[in-house]
Amino acid sequence: MKGLLLRDLRLAIRAGGGFGLGLAFFLIVTVLMPFGIGPETGIITAVAPGILWVGALLACLLSLDRIFALDWEDGSLELLATSPLPLEALAGVKALAHWLTTGLPLVAAAPVLAVLLNLPVPGFGWLIASLAVGTPALSAIGTFGAALTVGVKRGGLLLSLLVLPLYVPTLLFGAEVARRGAQGLDALTPLALLAGISLLALAAMPFAAAAALRVNLR
Amino acid sequence: MSLDVQSLACARGGVRILAGVSFAVARGEALILRGPNGSGKTTLLRTLAGLTPPLSGKVAAPPEGVAYAGHADGLKAQLSVAENLAFWAGVFGATGISAAVDAFDLAELLDRPAGNLSAGQKRRLSLARLLVTGRPVWCLDEPTVSLDVDNVARFARAVGTHLAAGGAAVIATHIDLGLPGAKSLDITPFTRAHQPRRPHHDDPFLSEGAL
Amino acid sequence: MSIWEYANPRKFMATSGALLPWVSALAAILVVGGLVWGFFFTPDDFRMGSSVKVIYIHVPTAIMGSSAWFMMLVTSLIWLIRRHHVSALAAKAAAPVGMVFTLIGLITGAIWGQPMWGTWWEWDPRLTAFLVLFLFYLGYMALWEAIENPDAAADLTSVLCLVGTVFAVISRYALVFWNQGLHQGASLSLDPEQNVADVFAYPLWTCIIGFLFLFLALVLYRTRTEIRARRLRALIQRERMA
Repeated sequence: MKGLLLRDLRLAIRAGGGFGLGLAFFLIVTVLMPFGIGPETGIITAVAPGILWVGALLACLLSLDRIFALDWEDGSLELLATSPLPLEALAGVKALAHWLTTGLPLVAAAPVLAVLLNLPVPGFGWLIASLAVGTPALSAIGTFGAALTVGVKRGGLLLSLLVLPLYVPTLLFGAEVARRGAQGLDALTPLALLAGISLLALAAMPFAAAAALRVNLR
Repeated sequence: MSLDVQSLACARGGVRILAGVSFAVARGEALILRGPNGSGKTTLLRTLAGLTPPLSGKVAAPPEGVAYAGHADGLKAQLSVAENLAFWAGVFGATGISAAVDAFDLAELLDRPAGNLSAGQKRRLSLARLLVTGRPVWCLDEPTVSLDVDNVARFARAVGTHLAAGGAAVIATHIDLGLPGAKSLDITPFTRAHQPRRPHHDDPFLSEGAL
Repeated sequence: MSIWEYANPRKFMATSGALLPWVSALAAILVVGGLVWGFFFTPDDFRMGSSVKVIYIHVPTAIMGSSAWFMMLVTSLIWLIRRHHVSALAAKAAAPVGMVFTLIGLITGAIWGQPMWGTWWEWDPRLTAFLVLFLFYLGYMALWEAIENPDAAADLTSVLCLVGTVFAVISRYALVFWNQGLHQGASLSLDPEQNVADVFAYPLWTCIIGFLFLFLALVLYRTRTEIRARRLRALIQRERMA
């Protein structure tokens, strides 16, 4: 399992752009938003938590179809399926690798972009906390979506269509934490609920993803 | 007995391809699968490897004992030859890759990225993976594709060593590997064209009578 | 005789063929009767005026829109556990029907909401939950279309339906939490059972039962079509292979 994780991380760094792509996309979405909304600082400050969360979510979505598609195309996936590694563990490791290469950089970059959007100072901690707790759920749910569509040619759009409704609760609670944090309200309750969703996704999604992979491999 | 197959029926994409396949491969034995293109050799091998569940019948193999090698090499172009092999060794819990490197003469290529290899070199690397799996039963689908004469001989020697060590192999191939004592099985009689049309089909939507 | 015999395509076709005219007739009588009763033979509400009459379409379609997903969940489970092909095809057949009912529920809700709250759309938890349900229908149907092998498609859509149900339920409660701090949403989600007087309730119940039969009839028609399409596919495939 450790070997697989290290291989995926190594590939993400070497694959020429796979690693920074989500981060760059996050930056562009966040920078474009004020152009669409208008330059009024008050409005931008008010919608900053939402923009940052939607931007992170879209950046996450962008790299989902790479989770299994590359291994599927070169035949590694069926070789891995015949290896001692259970498919559930494979899905879990893939989700973890996706989070380390996409989710974690987003968490680190969010405060920098939050400065651009004039996020109030007390909101920074809550924003980082909400992304740190919520992005693992995005990766885990996305891994399930990638497993569903791995056999579909040009499945990227389908993947987005399947995964976006599943992202609704995570986005609701995540943005709620960041928004309440920015307004100085109690943000612990939505954070606890967000953590609950993340734990549920981390516990259940590898099994659902493995079931989908098994169907697609046969 | 290493591999025992009894009245196996296999499907591809939900369609029955083969039925009534029975054979046994003992330790130290190799079975060469023969049959025209599209007759179902790949489907049979995938079923033996446990990727495709059988429609009916039984495959008895040692638990976690089958190593499969298909048409795709399963290599990562960005990783070096050594990294590719070491990854699979790690997945299968093998200790080292030196035996595999020696068997397929990969020593000079170890630091090359797999993406830079020729098709034949990729194939050798892909076959070397079989040695690091440490599994007794090899199910190989056209393993000699893009190998030159010398390397086919090298591959045959590797299979011979594997058999001598008590392993077994099922190989779909069109060329003569020159394996001593290898049995051969033509799967044509098990294909659809040679099966009687049965009134009660496996597909419930093909049952006779108007729907 | 076991209930599972109806999962055999032939048995299902025979039974559903015999039932369909009756179900269709019942659906037509109840829906038309209920709507005429509701539209022309009930008084206007003292508070809402004639706009109240949209409930005779809005409430039944919204109920059927969410019930259809529940039916898909049950049939998907039956497929995953017992591998009855008709069950998987019934789930596939129900999805577009459920989606259209959900859409009608959303549109009639907007039409009702405009004169009542002065806005076509309100991010009320209940409205938004139906919008999310609509997205789930879209994804589910897209997955059916994208996978070529029908058995694999049935497996994958069933898994999606299970996972989707869990997340749809979580979304429903998350939305209540989400909107609670912004404004009071209670007046937007009038519960007709509690607030509607008997004059409105009887035609409303007629409509609900009528739309239930309409749903049944449509799902039966579509399931029969899917079974025939599947048989056609199998026949063509057999000829090609032979």
